[in-house]
Amino acid sequence: MDSLKGFAWLLAAQSLGEGIARLTHAPLPGPVIGLVILLLALNFSFVQAPVQAAAEALLTHLSLLFVPVGVGVMVHTGLIAEYGVRMLVVIVLATWIGLAVTALALRAFTPADKD
Amino acid sequence: MQNFVELWVYLSATPLFGLTATIVTYVLAQTVYLRLNQAPWANPVLWTVLVLAALLTVSDTPYPTYFAGAQFIHFLLGPAVVALAWPLWQRRFEVRRRAGAILLAALLGGTVAALSAVGIGYALGLPTEVIMSLAPKSVTAPVAMGVAEKIGGIPALAAVFAVLTGLVGAVSGKYLFDALGIHSLATRGFALGTAAHGIGAARALQVNADAGAYAGLALGLQVLLASFLMPLAYRLF
Repeated sequence: MDSLKGFAWLLAAQSLGEGIARLTHAPLPGPVIGLVILLLALNFSFVQAPVQAAAEALLTHLSLLFVPVGVGVMVHTGLIAEYGVRMLVVIVLATWIGLAVTALALRAFTPADKD
Repeated sequence: MQNFVELWVYLSATPLFGLTATIVTYVLAQTVYLRLNQAPWANPVLWTVLVLAALLTVSDTPYPTYFAGAQFIHFLLGPAVVALAWPLWQRRFEVRRRAGAILLAALLGGTVAALSAVGIGYALGLPTEVIMSLAPKSVTAPVAMGVAEKIGGIPALAAVFAVLTGLVGAVSGKYLFDALGIHSLATRGFALGTAAHGIGAARALQVNADAGAYAGLALGLQVLLASFLMPLAYRLF
């Protein structure tokens, strides 16, 4: 029951976020505004346990949620045939650079004993 | 045989097909992944996507037919982004204590990931709309789509790039960190969440709870930073 209640909180926060995004033409997507709203709502103790149950259930299987979009790669065979290798080079190199810079930066900014 | 073909034609056209195929394939891929001691190359998303794309191509099933069922899973990406509030909230004291280091690393890592994609893409002579679809690739798929739309990219392509980026991070991150001598699991998780979003974070979560928490935190921060700063940067330049 807790996870269902929590899911209701998630959807309510997202709906509110979508509404605000639409009304204010905010540069942030609706779910992101929903994230901030939920972060504020978590200050109320009765929100915490349900949200924990729903969030953990959803985030445990987070990678499954990317499958439908990933399969969409088959629609872009034209672009892939033309630029596939180059696009892959960009993705692999830029991802490695991003990973390395983030990890090295966090380590550099953190005192050695805390790392 | 004739009956079987008719049955397949009927079933493959209902939303039930896309939903069932996605979950069954993923559960199988997940089982194999666990059996192989979570080897990075056995990543369940990678293999689920490959198997499904092959299955649809071989059976001549159009992507929209598949998506009619798979959209129920796809829809949950929105609530999942909202749910990132939980790992952020859980780590709020730690975040406040290390706020400077965490924010700087997230900002620097996210900026470098986006700029290097744009730079390399430009150097390789890719079309502008492809480059603009590559720019938000380190942000989680639903947000990457929104950002791509705002900066002149193709949302569907941006989502695919985001998934591929997550896979590159999840599959090769371990070796890259080992080579760089980065051993702190928290730091590794944070980098995966920043540069390889949800799929990288899912990998971190499977390896270690601490790495997973930092990955979730980084993912949430990246979503906030990128969706605010990228359209702003695009308008300025």
